[in-house]
Parts: sequence; C-alpha cells; structure tokens
Amino acid sequence: MSDPLLTLVLILAKLGVIFGVILTLAAYLVLAERKLLARMQLRYGPNRVGLFGLMQPLADLIKLLTKEDFLPARADKWLFLLAPGISAVTALLTFAVIPFGPPLELFGKTVPLVVIDLNVGVLYFLAFSSLAVYGIALGGWASNSKYALLGSIRGLSQLISYELSMGLAIVPVVMMARSFSLTEIVMAQEKIPYILLNPVAFMIFLISILAESKRIPFDLPEAENELVAGFHTEYSGMRFGLFFVGEYINLIILGSMVTVLFLGGWHGPWLPGVIWFSVKVLAICGFFIWVRGSMPRLRYDQLMHFGWKVLLPISLLNVLVTGAILLGMG
Amino acid sequence: MTATLLFYILGAITVVATLLAIIQRNPVHAVIYLVNSFFALALIFYLLGAPMIAAWEVIIYAGAIMVLFLFIIMMLEISPSSDPVRSAPGWAQWVPIFILAIALASCTLLLTGLDPVIAEGLPRWHASPRDFGYALFKEYALAIEIVSFQLLFAAVGAFYVGRLEQKKSQREGSS
Repeated sequence: MSDPLLTLVLILAKLGVIFGVILTLAAYLVLAERKLLARMQLRYGPNRVGLFGLMQPLADLIKLLTKEDFLPARADKWLFLLAPGISAVTALLTFAVIPFGPPLELFGKTVPLVVIDLNVGVLYFLAFSSLAVYGIALGGWASNSKYALLGSIRGLSQLISYELSMGLAIVPVVMMARSFSLTEIVMAQEKIPYILLNPVAFMIFLISILAESKRIPFDLPEAENELVAGFHTEYSGMRFGLFFVGEYINLIILGSMVTVLFLGGWHGPWLPGVIWFSVKVLAICGFFIWVRGSMPRLRYDQLMHFGWKVLLPISLLNVLVTGAILLGMG
Repeated sequence: MTATLLFYILGAITVVATLLAIIQRNPVHAVIYLVNSFFALALIFYLLGAPMIAAWEVIIYAGAIMVLFLFIIMMLEISPSSDPVRSAPGWAQWVPIFILAIALASCTLLLTGLDPVIAEGLPRWHASPRDFGYALFKEYALAIEIVSFQLLFAAVGAFYVGRLEQKKSQREGSS
C-alpha cells in the first residue's frame, strides 16, 4: 500500500471511530444528565427501559425518528430543514483537531491520535464554534414564530459576547505554549498543566464555555418559562433531535477543549493516555451537569453586563499580565 | 496543475456566490450566499499556503461580521410574515446554493486529499503562524499601527454618535 493511501485510510478509520464514539457518548450523556439531575432532586430518573434505564437513549431515538416531522406554515422551508444539520455538523467537525491520545506506534509507523494536526488548530476550533451560531440563528428565523425569533436573537448576542472572552482566555495558553497546534499545547503541559499556571484563564474559559453551550446559568436562548423552548420551539422529531444531540456533542467538544488547553490533555500517571483524556472530559461534563442542577438562571441584562463589563476586562488584563510575566522570565 | 484548477474553481465559486448575494431580495438568503463565498475565499488562502489567514477569514468574516449582519436583519425585520418575498416557493431559489455548497465541499475534500501535511502534492511552503506574526508586526508594524488607530477612531466615533442619539431620545421622552 502506498504511503498517502495508507494515511488516507488511517484518517478515514479515525473519523469512523470518532463518529461512533462521540455519538454514543452524546446519547449516554443525555441519560447521565437525566439520572444525575434526578438524584440531585431526590428522584430516580429514567430506570424502566433496560437495566438501570440503560436502553433509554435507544427508546428516545426510536420515539424521535417515528414522530411527525412538522413544518410550520409560512416557514422558510429549506432553511428550516437545514438549520439543525448545521448545528450538529459544526459541533462534530470541531473534533477533527482535538488530540485525544499520545502518538501511537502502528505497523512501524507513528500514528498521531488526532484526525488532522493543523498548525492553526486553536483557530480552527474558534472558527467552528463561531459557525455554530448559524444553526441557532437560521433555525429561529426560519421558524417564523416569535418565540423562536426571540430565542435566536438572544442566542446570537449571547454567543457573540462570550466568544470574545473565550478567545481571549485561550490567548495566554497560546503564549505559554508558543504554538497554535493543539498537540503541541498538550506536549507543553507535560510537567505542569496550565490550570495551575494560569487559573484565571481557566476560570474565564470555563464560564465562557458554559455560556457558549447555552446551559443553565446562561440558558436564556431557550428559557422555558418565557420563550416556550426558544429557538427550537417549532421543531419536532429528529430535527429537534439533531439540535439536542448537537448540544451534547458540543458539550463533549468543549470538555475536550478544557482538557487539552488547561488540564494537560492525555498526560497523567500510570494509566494510558486515551483513558486519562476520557476521564478528564467526562469530569468536565459531570461538572456541567452539576452546575445545571444547582444554579438559577441569570437575567438577560445581568448576562450581558457580566460578559462585557466583568469577564472581558479580566481576560484582557490576564493577557497583559501573562505577557509581562513571560517577558520578565525571558 | 490540480492546484491551479482548484484555484479557478474556487475563484468561480467566490464570484458566483457574491453575485448571487447581491441579487438576492431576501436579506437572510443573501447572507448565506456571502458566507458561502467567504468559505471559498478561505480555501483559496489555504491553497496559497496561508492556513492562518484562512482560519481568520472564517472566524472574522463568516463567524463574526456576518453574524452581526444577521443579528441586525433579524432585529429590524418587524413582521417577517408580511414579507411577500419570503413566502415565495422554494425550489428555484435553493438550487444555486446547493450546487455552490456541493462544489465547495468537493473542493475541500480534494484539497484535504492533496494537503502537503497528508500527501506530497502541493508545495510545502505553508506559512506557520510564527512567520506570519513576525511579518505582520516587524515588517509591516507601522501599517498595522495606523490601521488599528483608524479602527480606534471609528470605535470612538460610533460611541459618540450612539451617546448623542440616546441623550436626544431621553430628552424627548422626558419633555
């Protein structure tokens, strides 16, 4: 087999594995969230389908697939049909640059455990997370419903606002690692993970991605008690399912980014790299679920004030201080 | 050879998508065409060996500026259901964007297959972010400073105009 062909086959294999793992993980993350939330609220959660309710995601899938695919009157048909796809696909594509393990020796050849190691990996992640906005915006607009439109306008302004501080929280990491490649950022954290070197950036990044994932303290785009369900009010069946699963895929992606940028990626004692990586990602996802179980929703002006007047200045200051310290150390 | 061909295809996609963006009557559809053209432009940058600029093209133009456009369009559209253009039948309207998107996707696939990181085919002169930064802030430092001052002036001016409007409307409201 020629070399480029082998590389292409390896890439396709990696894509297949990632696709399967991420989708399964997303489905079971939904179950885990429901279970954990239930236990936090002294309920049982889903426990009827299969052992401990383990078949619940499958039952949900069957329900979503057999439900009527409803199209609202006077909706913009093609955009309405396309928007959930944009939402799920942009989330899935981001995983292409995330390194989930140390390079592997296979057939006498080193295989990096990342689909493609771009030298602008961080920017690739930022690009696709900013494109995810289109799914929400177009979905809400095409629905031709006031709740959906309000939800997507809220979502747009929220995502734009918090993307800034998210990007600025990554800047110190890039400065410390001296690289935009995610693999090299993980390599640079072999001794000390960046959460210890720059906890401020870690906190800013964590808060910003909570807002980016539109989850509880920041879930105004889909605030149930005001907007019915926000931007996906008019969606049903598998199209709603795509939005829903896109959200959980996004959760896994953001968890992986925290792991790669601040928790040292695959580095860790004793266990193999891939396991360390998964444990860290799942811990971050668990943290998100915990936050959902224990926080109230912010008011909209509070959300904007916090983003622009607190988070953004702190992250700018953090970039400046990190730069000064790095310059001082030479 | 393949690179040249790809360049022309991508250039054609950019031009056609931009033209369609101009002639669309529905502003949201125009935004989608323009985003399509930005993607093609980003791929051209990547083809020319500048992955960094390609990424910025998508982040800034497709991800930030067009989202702001979309935001304004959605804010200003007072009653979307009364727009006669919007309820026009879909098929004919949507064929061009599908053709463009499919062409773009196949170009991307071809480009990934030809990428020097994966296979030898294109020249290996991919500019690294480091080289890019040095070129920007050493060779063209003065130009960059002038441009950023211009942006600062624009921002201050926008703030000033916005403030004036607000005060006037407050005074009108109170009287």
